[in-house]
Amino acid sequence: MNATPQTIPPPSGPPRPAKSRRLVVGLAGQPNVGKSTVFSILTGLTAEVGNWPGRTVERREGSARVGGREFHIVDLPGTYSLTSNSEEERIAREFILAERPDVIVMLADAAALERNLYLLAELLLLPIPVVLGVNMVDVAEREGVEFDAHVLEAALGLPVVPMVASRNQGVAEVLAAAAAVADGEQSYAPERPEIAASHREVYEEVVGLVRDSVPEGVPPAWAALKLLEGDREVTDRASRWLPPEAWQRVHGLLHEHEDAVLDVASARYEWIGRMVRAAVRRPRLGQVSFTDRFDRIATHPAWGLALLLAVFGGVFWLTFSVAGPIQEWLEDSIVAMAADALSGALAGAPEWVSGLLVDGMLAGAGIVVTFVPILFVFFLALGFLEDTGYQSRMAYVMDRFMHRIGLHGKSFLPLFLGFGCNVPAVMGSRVIESRPARLLTIMLTPFVPCSARLLVLAFLVPLFFPAYPALVAWSLVVGNLLVLVLIALLLDRFAFRRERLAFVMEMPLYHVPNPRTIMVFALTNVWTFVKRAATIIVVVSMVIWLLVSYPGEHVNDSYLAMFGQTMEPIGALMGLDWRLIVATLSAFVAKENAIAALGIIFGADGEGLGATLSAMVSPASALAFLVVNMLFVPCVATVAAVKQETRSWGWTGASAGLMLASALLVGTLVYQVAAWLGPGGASA
Amino acid sequence: MNPNQALLLSELPDGFQGVVARVTGGRDLAARLAAMGLTAGTEIVVLQNRGFGPMLARVRDTRIALGRSQAGLVTVYERHPADDSATLRSASSG
Repeated sequence: MNATPQTIPPPSGPPRPAKSRRLVVGLAGQPNVGKSTVFSILTGLTAEVGNWPGRTVERREGSARVGGREFHIVDLPGTYSLTSNSEEERIAREFILAERPDVIVMLADAAALERNLYLLAELLLLPIPVVLGVNMVDVAEREGVEFDAHVLEAALGLPVVPMVASRNQGVAEVLAAAAAVADGEQSYAPERPEIAASHREVYEEVVGLVRDSVPEGVPPAWAALKLLEGDREVTDRASRWLPPEAWQRVHGLLHEHEDAVLDVASARYEWIGRMVRAAVRRPRLGQVSFTDRFDRIATHPAWGLALLLAVFGGVFWLTFSVAGPIQEWLEDSIVAMAADALSGALAGAPEWVSGLLVDGMLAGAGIVVTFVPILFVFFLALGFLEDTGYQSRMAYVMDRFMHRIGLHGKSFLPLFLGFGCNVPAVMGSRVIESRPARLLTIMLTPFVPCSARLLVLAFLVPLFFPAYPALVAWSLVVGNLLVLVLIALLLDRFAFRRERLAFVMEMPLYHVPNPRTIMVFALTNVWTFVKRAATIIVVVSMVIWLLVSYPGEHVNDSYLAMFGQTMEPIGALMGLDWRLIVATLSAFVAKENAIAALGIIFGADGEGLGATLSAMVSPASALAFLVVNMLFVPCVATVAAVKQETRSWGWTGASAGLMLASALLVGTLVYQVAAWLGPGGASA
Repeated sequence: MNPNQALLLSELPDGFQGVVARVTGGRDLAARLAAMGLTAGTEIVVLQNRGFGPMLARVRDTRIALGRSQAGLVTVYERHPADDSATLRSASSG
């Protein structure tokens, strides 16, 4: 697997003189058409991942060189249409109208050509030429669908290139066709869909009304059609573009013809039907495809669930048997070596300098480094599940359960990943297209007890409750999950009430996964995390070091301890004295720190720590401490991931605040009940 | 039973073949389903409906999962309205 763009053989035919002008190509297509594969073939790791201006959707772009010609490829979000239903759809059309690429390459799935051409019908209304790449013709053939590119090309009046992107077939050809259209070397006279006769009159009237008022670059015919479709964004803008009288008239017409949306859609499919009639053949009818056969298991309520659990078991096994040891090795060798080297280099420097750099900065950098193997394995697994098409089946099988707590089936995957690590779980919430549903999932993810938290639990519970550790640990985990469900219900009921989501999802055909696509997916995601989260993690690590190390020598005389002491009145509600508060707060950098912090603060470790703790901390306080530690303080890496995904400090703060509030509430409740039950209730 | 009576998609059994009559429940859902291939007049096959949870249907070569409440907003004719003979045009071509 190399990291540079794949070598793409120039298309056959006589060589053309390379033009010097670099072409900007928008890569469009519906979801599940192999767009990422084409994009990764073209750009490899030269791709840059950013965000669309002012949006939370990823923008990926990169350069490609094919046959001596340079292209700048912008990957548009995968959308079924270009109506303003989702942020992705608004981004795609805004890019086309505002940034004006030279040409658009639209990819279509050969096995579902009719539905795919719906997007083409919309793209053809915009003022940029389109070239059609019909991908996965091999899969379509297996499904019993044959299509003739030449016939389709003649019908549509634009270049059509058959492709098998997973085997790098047709990729160079589609770009060459795009260049030919952009350079004006190939005729481009597409046949465009027309509105149904029943609405032609009103359509023409609306076109006439908006013609002189729409801003430059927005085609009046497109604006009129979008108005008839009830497109919210265009309707909203038109009310400002148009003079009041014209708007009144348009508004009245739209009200009168509310049913136009269905007519517009039907007219598009009628046009599509004419386009594909001669081009698509189905010589083998009624055969049961692999997808249908496998789906009998994968979407079955019982077998599907069993398969899903097995797949997750595999993912976790892979993570802990492959990524775990690498992580340990990184910690013991690379990070330790760097720490030694840095301490050596700073031997002459003042103590605070070496402390801040070694125990603050380097410790933070070490956390970033040790997250890499876990993230990489998780994203490989995620990329595999997505590329094969199995991911949608998981969402389908889990939707019946997730639905009950107000969540979308797609929320299951990220939440479940959270048991391994909250960081990829938060990042994995990207699979959910709708922003409200994604935010809800991001808010909930930190409540999933990750492996580090479970480790702390496994270590501390036997110290506090030597008599029945398993029962206590089990109750804590179950209680944690109940809190998660409760918070999901409350958030859904009060914060996201109006955003109730329709569960409508395509189940793509199964595909043989493309290793290159998966690898590029994993590497880009890990790199993005490192780039964006590293600063936050390192800074927080340094700040915490300062708070713990100053002004006194010992943590007990530190700013953090002072802060803990001022917090004691609140802690008292939960039976936490300042030492337990400080131990909780120091877990912010990494959950595992809670154990070390307890050792330092109580001045004991190993065997001694258990005896000290059970002597100094009442069972009710211990229980409350564990509850608070499970619910509060997502580790700094999770907070950084929340910031990265929401792109908003407000939501990041809301996430932390929500955890704090629920930890205080549940902690207080647990302590008060346990204390009321008396020492006999929970003592060891 | 009236052969042209519109039935709720959410109540149809596995293997049912029909033609979409109408999508109710507002423009948003109608536009979204239309973009995925589900419009009035489209042939539809029920792939899986367990009577609870989401269901699976196939329209225009596309397998769509629909939540129960969304499926309840789609009505389906058992046979093609324009086709009065008892034979249904094969929807398995979809």
